[in-house]
Amino acid sequence: MTEYVILSAILFTIGAVGVLVRRNALVVFMCVELMLNACNLAFVAFARQHGNLDGQVAAFFVMVVAAAEVVVGLAIIMTIFRARRSASVDDASLLRY
Amino acid sequence: MTAFWVLAPVMVAAALGLLFVRKAVHAALLLATVMMSLAVLYLVLEAPFLFAVQIIVYTGAILMLFLFVLMLIGAESRLSLVETIKGQRVLAVLGGLVLGSLLVIAIGQVTLASPVGLEAANSGGNVEGLADVLFSTYVFAFEATAALLITAALGAMVLAHPERLTPKESQQEMAARRVREYAEHGRHLGPLPAPGVYARHNSVATPALAPDGSVIEASINRTLVPPRPADEPDLPELAADEDEEGPQ
Repeated sequence: MTEYVILSAILFTIGAVGVLVRRNALVVFMCVELMLNACNLAFVAFARQHGNLDGQVAAFFVMVVAAAEVVVGLAIIMTIFRARRSASVDDASLLRY
Repeated sequence: MTAFWVLAPVMVAAALGLLFVRKAVHAALLLATVMMSLAVLYLVLEAPFLFAVQIIVYTGAILMLFLFVLMLIGAESRLSLVETIKGQRVLAVLGGLVLGSLLVIAIGQVTLASPVGLEAANSGGNVEGLADVLFSTYVFAFEATAALLITAALGAMVLAHPERLTPKESQQEMAARRVREYAEHGRHLGPLPAPGVYARHNSVATPALAPDGSVIEASINRTLVPPRPADEPDLPELAADEDEEGPQ
């Protein structure tokens, strides 16, 4: 069972590095999705380890929240793109100073 | 276990590709690879309901949404990989390595008892078992989820609805403007030229050609013209619409 959790940790780390390294807002968002998926894998693996279904219910809730988050996040990206003609996270810096 | 050792390298490679690809469409395809492999792993981990949900919700709905937005904001453009903050990429990769090795070593130290398995919990069927837990222990979280989904849908509708910045032009004002533009700049008074649909290209995106063979830009619907990056000037028709929000 440990190898599933290790795979989940590796995927989470790759997602976190992607959020920090990539500059296109859409790709950053995809990396966030990768992190959520990695957590889901750990949840499902631990559900099997402990022999009850609570972990699977938690993974299900994560999926629901991820769906809601994607809907709002992509709408925000669309709004920013419409106003600034760019989807780069570096361009949306009006609130910096 | 075979499925795990086949899929784990594929997943890690696809996830690593997410860090390096230059086109957002390729990133979406790599993410689809990771999600499909995860779905198969759920099946191995005795979670057939989550297998279906993962494919339907993640690869079916969420990735489609990503692809739609990608098409709207320009799938053709290549992503810039230039570093804007000095040293940020090196620090990010270093931090990632530290976090990754910390997690892997910490988890590697743990010895877990042999897994209990879900035969007992899944004895009445996985979906029935999940429903039992969902509608008893987690029923309040479930109802809060309903509120969350409604809020998200409303929020997306509000955000996606473009605000009208200027009053709507009436038909009379439009006619007056066109005649004025004809008088001042000599702009053509009649309708726009039709697109050029030929035997070889049966598409309205094909521009009409002038008698001298040059392309008439006004003959293509402007929603079919691919969006341009911010540093390039917009087409004149586009600029009239977008510049109301101030300089970029």
